[in-house]
Parts: sequence; C-alpha cells; structure tokens
Amino acid sequence: MSNPARAESIAQLERLVAALLAKGVVSEAELAAQQASTDRASPETGARMVARAWLDPEWRAMMLKNGTAAAEAMGVSMAGAPPLGVLEDTAKRHHVIVCTLCSCYPRAVLGYPPHWYKSFSYRSRVVREPRAVMAEWGSPVADDVELRVVDSTADYRWMVLPLRPAGTEGWTEDQLAALVTRDVLVGVALPKLPA
Amino acid sequence: MSDTDHTPAIHDIGGIQRFHCTPVEHDEEPPDAFGKRVDALRQTLARKGYMTVDELRRGIESIPEAEYFALTYYERWLRSIELLMLEKGVVSREELK
Repeated sequence: MSNPARAESIAQLERLVAALLAKGVVSEAELAAQQASTDRASPETGARMVARAWLDPEWRAMMLKNGTAAAEAMGVSMAGAPPLGVLEDTAKRHHVIVCTLCSCYPRAVLGYPPHWYKSFSYRSRVVREPRAVMAEWGSPVADDVELRVVDSTADYRWMVLPLRPAGTEGWTEDQLAALVTRDVLVGVALPKLPA
Repeated sequence: MSDTDHTPAIHDIGGIQRFHCTPVEHDEEPPDAFGKRVDALRQTLARKGYMTVDELRRGIESIPEAEYFALTYYERWLRSIELLMLEKGVVSREELK
C-alpha cells in the first residue's frame, strides 16, 4: 500500500538535492520542468493512439511497426525514453504487461505507474496466473484465447492494442478513446461498453 | 549500507509463490509531493548521464530485507540514488550532512 513518506526521508531528499544543487549537477528549474513533463503524461495519449488504430488502418500499421514514432506523432517527446512497442491483440490472443524486475512502464503514453503495477502481488501473480488476476479485476478471458504476458524492461516498454469491442460501429474517435482506460492499455482489463 | 548483510529482499519476482494468494489491490493513489520530487530527480540525473535505470534497481535490491519492507517505493528509490551518487563520487558523505 502507499504510505506517506517519513519526515526523515523528506529531510534526506532535501539534503541530497541541496548537495547536487551546490555542485551544479542539477538545478531547481530542471527538476520542476521534469516533474511538469511527467505530470502531463497521461493514459489519454495511449487511449487516443488505440482509438485511431481502430479507425485508421494506415495509422495502425505505423503504430505496430514503430510505437515510438506513433507516440511522437501524438506530440509526446520520446527523447531519452526507451523504445515503445505495441502488442496487437487478436481474437485468439490477448497481451498483459508487467515488470517483474521492478516497475518499468510506458510512462510517456500512460503517466506515472499506479501502485498496484509496482506491487509484489501483481508482479509475481500475473506471470503465474494471469487469468485469475484478470478475472478478479472483472475481465475474465475465454479459455480458447491465448494469454501472453510480456515483460516491460529498462530497455523496452510496451502497451497493448486491444480488440475493438463489438457494438461500436460508427463511433467517433472520442467515443472509442473513452473505452480505453489505463488498465486496458496495460492489458489487465478489456475494453467494456458503458452499461 | 552494511558490509555484512547483502541479502536481496526482492529481485526477479515474476511467478514466485511468496505473494500468491495475495490479492492485487486497486491502489490508485498518485505519488505524493515527495514521490514526485524523487521521480523528477531520478529522471533528471538519468537524462544527464549520472545514473541508469539498471543502476537504480541494483541499488534498490541491495537494501537489506529488514529495511526494504519498511520503506515506501520512493523511499527505496531515494536510498538507491543517494548510494549511487556517493559511489560515483558525485557527492561526498560530508556534503550530505
């Protein structure tokens, strides 16, 4: 669970930052700009990419070939970020992403990783029993659909391109993007039509 | 860091049984101000070539188990970043007092 940082940790951070500032290693302006950039990143970018892929075959092909270029076409700076790969779901295969080693996550197109993605239980269980985890979270996967769990690493980040749900014929990009939540982009949930 | 206790608390935990039967909780709370500042510091140091993600993880995994589980996610990051900056001679112990 997320607990508040201790006062001693906050003091430790400020001592370290002060030493780095004094030596000119970093500046407060750089830290503020970095935080603002991370705060701006949100799953809405990933959702928009998916909605466009459901509507535009050329965009879809480009995104599957080069996720980094697709993110940049959405106005996201990928400079210094690891490459982004897009995992294409089919009627017979669904993908889920995890970082078994720590918490590598496609931050540029999804924002900060949520606590559960970093949790010991998600990281250990989704590898061994992904169907159970998905069922517990309300998205059971049919037995005849292969479930492929993909490790996101320091060197390569992934997002999922799910199947477009039936019953969305004629929907606009905005309507479709609204179905694509962060959990859908991680693959731990499937897109659902509003009840 | 102690020279005698290098027990890695958590390394590659994909599939291990220790956390089976533990539900994945929907903990959606965004990082607090402390976490966001540690996060920004880590990214800035990485962008400027002072550390890598792999080094961060090695530093996190070197935290002895008894302490590891008492620390929050971003407190572990901070421990690792400080260790790396000391190891690399970017800052000295005296400068952190």
